[in-house]
Amino acid sequence: MDDSAPTLKTPLHALHLDLGARMVPFAGYDMPVQYPAGVLKEHLQTRASAGLFDVSHMGQILIRPRSGVLADAALALETVTPVDVAGLAEGRQRYGLFTNAAGGLEDDFMVANRGDHLYLVVNAACKHADLALIMAAVGESCHVEPRFERGLIALQGPMAESVLAELDPAAAAMRFMDVRELTLAGIPAVVSRSGYTGEDGFEISVAAEDADRLARLLLANQRVNPIGLGARDSLRLEAGLCLYGNDIGPDTTPVEAGLTWAIQKVRRNGGGRAGGFPGADVILRQFETGPERLRVGLVPEGKAPVRGGAALFADETSGEAIGIVTSGGFGPSLGGPVAMGYVPVSRSTPGTRLFADVRGKRLPVTVAAMPFVPTTYKR
Amino acid sequence: MLKFTQDHEWLKIEGDVATVGITEHAAEQLGDLVFVELPEVGAAFGKGNGAATVESVKAASDVYCPLDGEIVAVNEAIVADPSLVNSDPAGAGWFFKLKLADPAAANALLDEAAYKTLIG
Repeated sequence: MDDSAPTLKTPLHALHLDLGARMVPFAGYDMPVQYPAGVLKEHLQTRASAGLFDVSHMGQILIRPRSGVLADAALALETVTPVDVAGLAEGRQRYGLFTNAAGGLEDDFMVANRGDHLYLVVNAACKHADLALIMAAVGESCHVEPRFERGLIALQGPMAESVLAELDPAAAAMRFMDVRELTLAGIPAVVSRSGYTGEDGFEISVAAEDADRLARLLLANQRVNPIGLGARDSLRLEAGLCLYGNDIGPDTTPVEAGLTWAIQKVRRNGGGRAGGFPGADVILRQFETGPERLRVGLVPEGKAPVRGGAALFADETSGEAIGIVTSGGFGPSLGGPVAMGYVPVSRSTPGTRLFADVRGKRLPVTVAAMPFVPTTYKR
Repeated sequence: MLKFTQDHEWLKIEGDVATVGITEHAAEQLGDLVFVELPEVGAAFGKGNGAATVESVKAASDVYCPLDGEIVAVNEAIVADPSLVNSDPAGAGWFFKLKLADPAAANALLDEAAYKTLIG
């Protein structure tokens, strides 16, 4: 992101300042990296009780079929994504990927079937490119409406359900990846039971003018504290979730990234709607042959965090790097460092010992299964 | 004698030995520390060389040697519990003791008033 670009503000900007947040530029927005409690406490608060995150910088996009038949929109969107959109039931959401001709990833997103339209949430830094990509793919058959001005509040953690159910009891009946319209203290909201922390929780989409009031109402609950981008990153890292731009990007395929679960059988070879998305030849071939490299979890043996960008080596002395760390840091719930990165498939078995270059030292790391912290989704 | 650097370190100088730590302002800016790496006792550093590393949840930062000298003691307590640096940066959270090659060079460092002006 160009630092000279004008800084945008989310509908919760004034709230962040009132709460004493430390603000940083992120994807063009002035965003809270942490509040006075600090990253460690915010992280642990989310795992123990509930955390409120401003994710309004992410892009919300509505796709409405001109024919009134949702399958027309779903099938049009499937021309740019390898996921099964047409098979998504009404009131359900799933994880999606935009691919490029080389089989790489242009973005990851959430897509919901809202009955008469599809509703997408995409990454902040990619949202304008995604909008153009979506327009090109579905513009002929659908109205595409960017809703970038709307508020998006994530409420995450074991207490999220009881907190939200106090405002609308229907929240408690939702399962993981359900999407419902709720009325929260008179505020109309589109709520999904999802998030990006590994915890049970909700993402709540509201009109910009309602976001501040709803956030303050949720924060008035003693069990809820505000959480910044710093803890959002450590939470998703412990949950083994990819950060677009770090762990996945235009040069990584879904198979290399370990995201094959996001490509349903109907879109794979032998499926009823196999292929038909950018890079399908590369990606579907990798399903058959296996990739050459794979994203894996890495647990450093010592206490030193191993950060994104660190080169990985097969042993303590070899000259040639065999892989690279893409995300890494300290996992507050684990009380130690964790990382993820790409290694050759031959070195991807959990328990494999590798070495990461940190400030010129080769530190031992062990390949480990992810998530590092068990997820608590309400399936 | 208490001195400060523009890199947000403090030095408490007694004779030719300086006890070195990071300022409260630096500790606050770094956030919760989760890892500290200290130099070896006996190691010699020039002014401005990276002598220690601190890591918060998010990022790693260097702690620079404030003057030429040799490490004569390190505070293992902050390796065992990095949060000491956040809770008591000017006391229990000290980093290392440096035997100064030229004690007079400390006169060129900032005094407390000048440092407070620097951080505003």
